[in-house]
Amino acid sequence: MATLTEPHAPTHVARPTYGEITRDVAATLGHPGRSYYVLLGIVLFVLACGIGALLYQIKLGLGVAGYQPPVMWAVYITDFVFWVGIAHCGTLISAILYLFRSAWRTAVYRTAEAMTVFAVMTAGLFPVVHLGRLWYAYWLFPYPNQRQLWPNFKSPLLWDVFAVSTYFTVSTLFLIVGLVPDVASIRDRAAGWRQKLYRITSLGWRGTDVQWRHYTRAYLYLAALATPLVLSVHSVVSWDFAMSIVPGWHTTIFAPYFVAGAIYSGCAMVVTLLVPLRSVFKLERYIHEEHFDNLGKVILLTGTIVGYAYFVEYFIAWYSGSSFEREAFWFRAFGSYWWATWTMIICNAFLSQLLWFPKIRRSIPSMFVISLFVNLGMWFERFVIIVVSLSHEFEPFAMDHYTPRWVDWTITAGSFAWFFMWFLLFAKNFPTVSLTEVKEIIPMPRKGAARS
Amino acid sequence: MTKAPGGVLAAYRHVDAAVDAIRRLKEMGQRDVTVYTPVPNHEIAQAVGHPASPVRVWTLVGGLTGCFTGFAMSLWMSYDYPVVVGGKPLGSVLPYVVIGFELTILFGALATIMGLIVHAVLGYRPAAYDPRFTDDHIGLFVPCPVERRPQVEQVLKSTGAVDVRVET
Repeated sequence: MATLTEPHAPTHVARPTYGEITRDVAATLGHPGRSYYVLLGIVLFVLACGIGALLYQIKLGLGVAGYQPPVMWAVYITDFVFWVGIAHCGTLISAILYLFRSAWRTAVYRTAEAMTVFAVMTAGLFPVVHLGRLWYAYWLFPYPNQRQLWPNFKSPLLWDVFAVSTYFTVSTLFLIVGLVPDVASIRDRAAGWRQKLYRITSLGWRGTDVQWRHYTRAYLYLAALATPLVLSVHSVVSWDFAMSIVPGWHTTIFAPYFVAGAIYSGCAMVVTLLVPLRSVFKLERYIHEEHFDNLGKVILLTGTIVGYAYFVEYFIAWYSGSSFEREAFWFRAFGSYWWATWTMIICNAFLSQLLWFPKIRRSIPSMFVISLFVNLGMWFERFVIIVVSLSHEFEPFAMDHYTPRWVDWTITAGSFAWFFMWFLLFAKNFPTVSLTEVKEIIPMPRKGAARS
Repeated sequence: MTKAPGGVLAAYRHVDAAVDAIRRLKEMGQRDVTVYTPVPNHEIAQAVGHPASPVRVWTLVGGLTGCFTGFAMSLWMSYDYPVVVGGKPLGSVLPYVVIGFELTILFGALATIMGLIVHAVLGYRPAAYDPRFTDDHIGLFVPCPVERRPQVEQVLKSTGAVDVRVET
């Protein structure tokens, strides 16, 4: 090695000063340009289509979504697992990497964390969309009622209610707590109605010694609580499947397999969001190749775990000697859904291996393209696990082929629109780069021999 | 917000200068100095010398309460509405670990936030402020009676404050 460079210090950009950071981040707010509004318009139109499809489904029943025995869990549950999975990377970057004191996370964690909250908000819609009479969704919660009924706490579906609602609450709190000092800084520079908005949302923050003293502790404990939480949430989601006896679902590998898959797809979604974000809001100075390189490494690691899990699934299906397992996995690869299975295997297990090459990890266009394929592959992974397993259970006379209908596709598209709508609104009005944490990794100026 | 008491407000650019000033003021017997920083800083925290934040007690109590609530709720509800599922005992502790765990996290996080609000927002000490302190300056507010102000001002200026003003 010819030269040694300090890790995490990008050599090609000069370190910004505190004042520059405040100005650059404040400049992202308020005036995003025409492309932003065009995008928002498209998103709102697609969302309206999704809501229309949902109303149609409410009127006529779940049959319009192609639901018929044996496939009674289909695209909506696929979407649910997909969106919960997307959420996971945000907590990984904001909580787990915070505990590891990883410096590169500071520029991207706010985007990832906002993505978490909006992805859980999207995921939370699907168990409700999936209900025939969705106005009874509140029956899931244990509330005192006249019939003196309580929910069944032995059901993984109820664990899911607790896991996902806890996850939503905690990740929202975590996002808000992280935002407070940033919003205070923006408040001191804003004017008009925005200043009013920021004055309320900054909760009177001024950055006093007393405030920081409690704040740093609280943030640490929230991170420490969120870390086991994020691992538990997708484990609980995986038990929705693994606790039943359906061939292809009933395996002990599901929890780690789902958690790795969740972080894999989530990091890909972070890349998908960061690429347009940095150019639209001119954040190239703060979000650069190094961040994509590191995200690429996380994607490579988790993608390899996912690929290994695929291998183990097939191996155990063969090794178990259970004819139903063998039959289910043969059907996955060579049955009528072979295209979905091979999409998932190629996108997840093989495509991610390209990230061994630093050149690919550091090239933003190639990372963007890979991230899109990873998202596609992970959506198909959930589709394969859910639909393909259900359509080919034990009894041959009960097997059937399920095809998603236009209602499923429209509601799925609507969910993407819902997610991007929240993200776009957030990006315009709140700092998508944490100015406080970006400042924190730069040492405060000193009067004597200034440390560079 | 209640009106800040009179005193001297100073802005610093350099962290070591601010630390010097805090030390000097402490030696003078000045206790309730408010220090503003754009980011949390160890040196400043050390110079001010606070004990560990009581927020951790909130987290602990919240987490334990959540754990107890999770198990108590699922067990009590199982016996209150007894339906045997899958031939398992009515009160099956093992699956209820999930509920207990999730509520530990939920209550722990909510209690942490409550602790943060109680100590950092409601426990707010009125003091003069300048918007530069959330940007790139370190602020020091020293509440003191009129007769002591010249002495405090002198300390702040000699330690390298870029701006000192008297707040009445």
